[in-house]
Amino acid sequence: MSRPQSQAEYLARLVPPSVAGLNRRSLLAGAAGTGALLGTGLLAGCGGDSGSGSDSKDVSVGSNQSDPKPKDVTAKVMDGFKTASGITPAINTVDHNTYQENINNYLQGKPDDVYMWFAGYRMRFFAAKGLASDISDVWGKLSGFSDAFKKASTGDDDKQYFVPSSYYPWAMFYRKSVWQQYGYQVPTTLDQLTALSAQMKRDGLTPIAFADKDGWPAMGTFDILNLRINGYQFHIDLMAGKEAWTSDKVRKVFDTWAGLLPLHQPDSLGRTWQEAAQSLQQKKSGMYLLGLFVGQQFSNEEQSDLDFFTFPEIDPAIGAKALDAPIDGYMMARKPKNEANARKLLEYVGGKDAANITVKNDPATLVANSSADVSGYTALQKKAAELVGSATEIAQFLDRDTRPDFASTVIIPAIQQFIKNPKDISGLTSSIESQKKSIFTD
Amino acid sequence: MSDLPLIQADRAVPPPAATTSTGGRRRRLRLLSRTDRVVITLMVLVPLLLVTGFVWLPAAATVLLSGTNWDGIGPLNEIEFVGGRNYTDVVTNYPPFVPAVQHNLLWLAVLFVVATPFGMFLAVLLDKELRGSRFYQTALYLPVVLSLALIGFVWQLLYSRDQGLINAVFGSNVDWYGDSSVNIWAVMVASGWRHVGYIMLLYLAGLKGVDPSLREAAAVDGASESRTFFQVVFPVLRPINIIVLVVTVIESLRAFDLVWVVNKGRNGLELISALVTQNVVGEASRIGFGSALATIMLIVSLVFITIYLATVMRENRE
Repeated sequence: MSRPQSQAEYLARLVPPSVAGLNRRSLLAGAAGTGALLGTGLLAGCGGDSGSGSDSKDVSVGSNQSDPKPKDVTAKVMDGFKTASGITPAINTVDHNTYQENINNYLQGKPDDVYMWFAGYRMRFFAAKGLASDISDVWGKLSGFSDAFKKASTGDDDKQYFVPSSYYPWAMFYRKSVWQQYGYQVPTTLDQLTALSAQMKRDGLTPIAFADKDGWPAMGTFDILNLRINGYQFHIDLMAGKEAWTSDKVRKVFDTWAGLLPLHQPDSLGRTWQEAAQSLQQKKSGMYLLGLFVGQQFSNEEQSDLDFFTFPEIDPAIGAKALDAPIDGYMMARKPKNEANARKLLEYVGGKDAANITVKNDPATLVANSSADVSGYTALQKKAAELVGSATEIAQFLDRDTRPDFASTVIIPAIQQFIKNPKDISGLTSSIESQKKSIFTD
Repeated sequence: MSDLPLIQADRAVPPPAATTSTGGRRRRLRLLSRTDRVVITLMVLVPLLLVTGFVWLPAAATVLLSGTNWDGIGPLNEIEFVGGRNYTDVVTNYPPFVPAVQHNLLWLAVLFVVATPFGMFLAVLLDKELRGSRFYQTALYLPVVLSLALIGFVWQLLYSRDQGLINAVFGSNVDWYGDSSVNIWAVMVASGWRHVGYIMLLYLAGLKGVDPSLREAAAVDGASESRTFFQVVFPVLRPINIIVLVVTVIESLRAFDLVWVVNKGRNGLELISALVTQNVVGEASRIGFGSALATIMLIVSLVFITIYLATVMRENRE
């Protein structure tokens, strides 16, 4: 090999061809380019370091959108903000689960100026503990949010702490082609669901795909059954620790679930939701109760084959109008380094432009801002938005509607215990109730 | 393992001090120059500060916190003391606790009865200078070197119910990670896989240090191979045996990583260490409650450490 002619070429040689994505022939041609990339990367790094202290043309964003597609969408939204404002957002992406588990330390340490979080109990808790800043003034400039979203963004002190960006409903998903093949009809009552499941079994399908290795997916089943059997208000009160788990109402939820369990995919405690979604994708299962993100396990061509229905009615007096639809969004740290920029960013991500970018790039989510141009929605997204729009009440999902210590150290083992042994319901509920009393002390 | 040298360093210092106080303090002290004294003071002080700062203070803080209901948020002066309530809750009102204790004991039993003897056996075999022993040594030690994330991934590939290798090859339908009567054994195999390599290397190092003349003498006296090992080599290796024993106990107490990778220590894989982490580290932040669990673990560990130190010190005196 000859001596490198320029610094760029020398730098390019340090990158193995396999890494740089070049083959031998194009190595020389690409050398200058790779060198240039490395060079600009270094320069950009220097610029970022020196800029942060002085001219405050940047703002940092903590992101939990670690999956490839949502991560890409976040990057595009931030690019949009950069173009619109001239401020450079530095995105700090952390694995979704890790982010959630470290949130206490993260917020009490040196959090990013703006961070992603969820609406619900936990958001209000952080606001009450002073780990988030009041952003009511940003809300004064925002438009296009329904009252339901504003309410979901409001803390216990009637100030806003949260800017919603997207949400997704939980529903029963199925493949249209499979249902057409067997001539299935969407069930609207529990009896119809049971009858349909029995038919699916006869047709060699697993009626309802199911997974709970990670402990949280089965919470969705509990939520929807409780919402259908006891209604929204009871559900929220139960989550807030105000109702007893030993009551007949909760027992009825577990009883109904025990009746449905044989229709669910067996051995769910060793399965991840991705594997369960793949059984739906591979046409081995008939339906799956999950969030709209189930679409991530389907290829682009298969997206149009995916459809859903809301979980059927159980008690006609309660109806089937409530559902889980968790809202994701942004909050501001307690002492942001660049507060003015952080507010500008929050205004942008809550605005129409950011919503439009999201619509264009992510078919697995719905944007919260109603003034966004949603003509780019897929049929599935349109239907999901209609479903949530027609919902009388919206819950956030069990682990967002209650204390996280209660959800993770009591409810997850309890539900897994129930799945293992659905018979001992009174033992289970009294155990939950006595643990609840030791946690909900204040 | 890492704290053993520290303990020995601590132990190594007192004897000179003891001799100075008993016999002729003046003369002994004059033998030590000013530099010597500074060095000795530093050598005592620095490890002492490190051990106090990084081991004993946090441990004491854990014990203190176990009497509170702190949720990890807010200033320390808002902490409320609740007495022994966390301990009563752990024992009477926390379903995962009893299975966790059972699993830790089971873990200890399996490592002690199966994995450790097997590792020692492999070490004895490798000590025979078989052909390609370097290769076996590397292959058996490899699991110890692999990162936790990689090990979790490797075993997930084997154990997954729907997509795993074991079920695919044998056409079985066992839910290795999800069935709570099976998964502890599945994880134990993975853990034993790693433990065997560790013990093998420790023991092999000991075997290499055995004076060959001992074996020759035993051979001259007509002792069989196995008799030589059990009656000559094994007793000579007493210090290594104790280390192996302690390592086994420590490993079974701090067993954590594999179950955490599999399902965060739930559903049949409860271990005390995993419960501590679930309560303290995650979003849950039941710091007080988790500290009570950690304190229980600390006490159990202290029992073993005391036995170990007592044995080692007695030996030193002999």
